Amino acid sequence: MTATTSAAPVSAPARREPERKVRHSRAAGLYPTWFLAPAFAILLVFFFVPTLFNFIYAFTNWSAFHNDIAGVGLANFRAVLSNGALVSSLGITVVYAVLVAIMQNGFGLGLALLLERDTRLNRFARVIVFLPVLMSALAVGYIFQALLKPDGALNGLLGGISGHPVTIPWLGSTTWTIVVVAFVNSWKWMGLAMVIYLAGLKTISEDVLEAARIDGAGVWKTFRDIRFPLLAPAITFNVATALLGSFNGFDTILSTTGGGPAQKTEVLDIYIFKVYGNGLFAQATTMSLVLFLVVTVLAFPVIGYLRKRERVL
Amino acid sequence: MNGSALWKRVLQPAVVVILLVVVIGIPLYLALVTSAKSQGEANIPDLSLPSSWHLADNYSKAFTQGDVPWALFGSLLVMVPAVVGVLVFGSLASWVLARRSGRTVSILYSAAISGIILPPAVVTIVLLLRQLGLASTPFGMMCVYMGMYMSLVIFFITGFIRTIPLELEEAARIDGAKPLMIFVRVILPLLRPVIATATILICLYIWNDVFYSFFVLGGGSVTTLPLNLYSVASSNLYQNNWNLVFAYVVLMSLPLVVIFTFAQRRIISGITGGAVK
Repeated sequence: MTATTSAAPVSAPARREPERKVRHSRAAGLYPTWFLAPAFAILLVFFFVPTLFNFIYAFTNWSAFHNDIAGVGLANFRAVLSNGALVSSLGITVVYAVLVAIMQNGFGLGLALLLERDTRLNRFARVIVFLPVLMSALAVGYIFQALLKPDGALNGLLGGISGHPVTIPWLGSTTWTIVVVAFVNSWKWMGLAMVIYLAGLKTISEDVLEAARIDGAGVWKTFRDIRFPLLAPAITFNVATALLGSFNGFDTILSTTGGGPAQKTEVLDIYIFKVYGNGLFAQATTMSLVLFLVVTVLAFPVIGYLRKRERVL
Repeated sequence: MNGSALWKRVLQPAVVVILLVVVIGIPLYLALVTSAKSQGEANIPDLSLPSSWHLADNYSKAFTQGDVPWALFGSLLVMVPAVVGVLVFGSLASWVLARRSGRTVSILYSAAISGIILPPAVVTIVLLLRQLGLASTPFGMMCVYMGMYMSLVIFFITGFIRTIPLELEEAARIDGAKPLMIFVRVILPLLRPVIATATILICLYIWNDVFYSFFVLGGGSVTTLPLNLYSVASSNLYQNNWNLVFAYVVLMSLPLVVIFTFAQRRIISGITGGAVK
């Protein structure tokens, strides 16, 4: 979740209706339109125009190798389809995003439940779990690269415990490395998910839990039937940010595997970065457009679904 | 002792301690201990203590190789104005978006917050910056960050302003205050919690960003701490230098960790609180 949506509408304030809106005719004088100008100028020039450019330059031969830019129709799309990059990066990105969403939320919720009571140890533990959130994902990736090398610290530790040398190539499997990398990213962000779940748990009133206790509900039943459903806003927020954030996943993968082995962890942003570095700007733009379209298509139904669940409950 | 008391007094604390040591402690310890080893010893990074300590040596090398003062200056140069700018312009627009109604305003609001979900067009941003003469400049980087995080700021602050009673503004208005004055004197002070939330998160993202700065600052003279970490680590391919990589990691993480340990309660309640209220 490098650079995406975050922070925590545990109870979404945006949905709350205003106490009362100012009458239309007076509003323009009281709230001058020009107050909107700087923000929208920045959004227009540095967000919407580049996005619009995506739809133009994906159909050109823009590259580092010649000065003129000419239209080439669908040639870039054909290129990324025929060399397999589109299908493979897209597939890997989706798998990675889903894995991160599951692990990050699993770890975060587990930690929140474990550290819920306000003891001194728990408060200290929350601070420690939050430390990786503050570190750069790049740095976290390098730490895990050193930890997970075949001759790295983890295998050394396992060897010490089992009594014979262990050389598992944690980051060298063409099948499982994506899971390991998703784990590393979830490890980095689980503190944030935990903090948001803790805030969500705090909003559940003591009365409701007391009533359940009197009715004879055990710990597990209380969690399944009362606390978990009431956490819906926090879950919406955490799942949505984890999913969308990891669609833009880059840093952790760059510093653990760089997209390898055999390009099996090459998500869209890694591909864009590499192709751009090779001077094939139009192809990079094409993938950036694909990412944009996929996120647009996927994000709205996912958020809509999670929101609907919130309302039903 | 029954089951619940056993869990509370013995098992839960034990589980917490084991988890902390194994899951968080080992990775962080590995970084710390490797940053104190000689290059040869750090070649195979394990958890043993260094046979001879090279702390000062490694950190001063990482400091010069990674050009820490210049990169720190670059990181601050893009982060501080970007955060201030996005918050000032964002809250100004949010006030209008929260208070005025009608079709146009709701369309504008939807457009303004769409960037929370939509990924920035990172490649064509570079093209645009070249056309504007801002490629590889810190000013271009600030503008890109402002464009990226404006949506988040507007989403948070608009939601927050909607919960502020109109009466507070009206009192000032009766006293004859102009809109800008009302915004600065009445609204802005009330926004403190939500501005704190946004500041913390955006600082975190910009301070640690490497993807967008690669594209925007690449080829320029200004660089940031994460960009230099990447270049120090990339030379790791030719000559193993885990000791320097981790010395740099520690140097780079230190500012945020120090700020956090002193203000952790406010930061954590800031991240969750601003949006809950």
